[in-house]
Amino acid sequence: MARLAFYLALAISLLFADLRYHALEWMRQGIGAVLLPMQKLAGLPIAATSGVSDYFSTLSRIKQENDQLRTQLLSQADRVLQQQSLLAENTRLRHLLELKEHQHLASHAADILYAVRDPFSRRVLIDKGQMAGIEAGEPVIDAAGVVGQVTRTYPLSSEITLLTDKSQMLPVMVLRNGLRAALAGAGPGRLELRFLPVNADIAVGDTLVTSGLDDIWQAGLPAARVISIDRSSDIAFARIICAPLAGVENYGNVLVVDKKSVIPLDLPSEEKPPESKKGRKK
Amino acid sequence: MMQPTQINRRILPPARSGFVWSSLIFSMFLNLAPVSGFSLLPDWVALTLTFWSIHQAQRVGIGIAFVLGLLMDVGDGSVLGQHALAYTLLVFTAAALSRRILWFGLWQQALHILPLLLGVQLAMIAARMIGGAEFPGFGMFAASLTGALLWVPLNYLLLLPQYRAHERDDTRPI
Repeated sequence: MARLAFYLALAISLLFADLRYHALEWMRQGIGAVLLPMQKLAGLPIAATSGVSDYFSTLSRIKQENDQLRTQLLSQADRVLQQQSLLAENTRLRHLLELKEHQHLASHAADILYAVRDPFSRRVLIDKGQMAGIEAGEPVIDAAGVVGQVTRTYPLSSEITLLTDKSQMLPVMVLRNGLRAALAGAGPGRLELRFLPVNADIAVGDTLVTSGLDDIWQAGLPAARVISIDRSSDIAFARIICAPLAGVENYGNVLVVDKKSVIPLDLPSEEKPPESKKGRKK
Repeated sequence: MMQPTQINRRILPPARSGFVWSSLIFSMFLNLAPVSGFSLLPDWVALTLTFWSIHQAQRVGIGIAFVLGLLMDVGDGSVLGQHALAYTLLVFTAAALSRRILWFGLWQQALHILPLLLGVQLAMIAARMIGGAEFPGFGMFAASLTGALLWVPLNYLLLLPQYRAHERDDTRPI
């Protein structure tokens, strides 16, 4: 009975320290280092079966995939070819307007290994970690848009919290009219656009892109599309449900953007009101 | 008592500690295998811990449950202390009820195991919801159901090494 009380108290204090203060990362890294070979071994049978099934996929399926990728590449060719000249024009115009230049995002490509087993959060594990130069907080994108953010790094792998996790929020704006709002995760495959009043100018099918108002995300990355709007007027805000554009629920390749290469938005500094020419009347 | 059930009246030799440890480590391997969504696979470590704390209560105590819980916390990516808390309560309850449970037949024992496994999941849900997470859905309780159903075959599997003859005979392999 006394042992139970001791271990219960220990467990509760660990919970408290980790949930409230996040002070136990060193313990997690240490135990994780010991657990890593076990995790790799445990994942081996599943990796082996998928490897075997890949090996036996028929030639026709691979040829079909190849053709699909070729047509996709061709359809994007005109945009890619124009990109060089558009970038040059953009730089010239920015020089003209004395705005800061856009910088190319440095990034690491990574593979999603598997979803983290914890049912209370939506996180995935990728195969690059501290040794590849990944830090916690870096944004993660894929070919179609925003996937999530790196929340924890181990030496050889990192945990990404997906956009649909309930604790994630992303500052976005509507592509059509520049309306800014906050996009919050709302469970598997769903996102919620918060804090927009009931009469806001937003419609089903609108695309939401990152607004770049925080220093983490670059502006203009596609994030989600609006699928339903509930404007019942019993609450002051509209209830807007969106679906993510990127393959958030799929497992594939992602890009981890290097944090240092995203430069903050150049916001205009506050101007002081001009000094009154007349003396102050007392 | 070394019997599968008290009613059985057969006395088995005690389990070797090497086997107990390796079964616990193997159950942890199974738990670490990556699965997605609400899987029907039970919490193998909880099942094995329950088994050994019922059958060999003096060998598997609360300390081992705590350490295994901590390892599972890191392997699962959840909050440190969540599994530790749940497994501690599990082993304490299972050891306290072990004398009583062993009087029942195997399927009635499985009926006793079901609330124990549900208690493990409820303890983890309580720990996380107090910390601010949201309820993940009732689908996660299916794992306890499969765990209770697997109790009977697990019983046979883990007791198998104890069904060995007392004296070694050179003419017999086992």
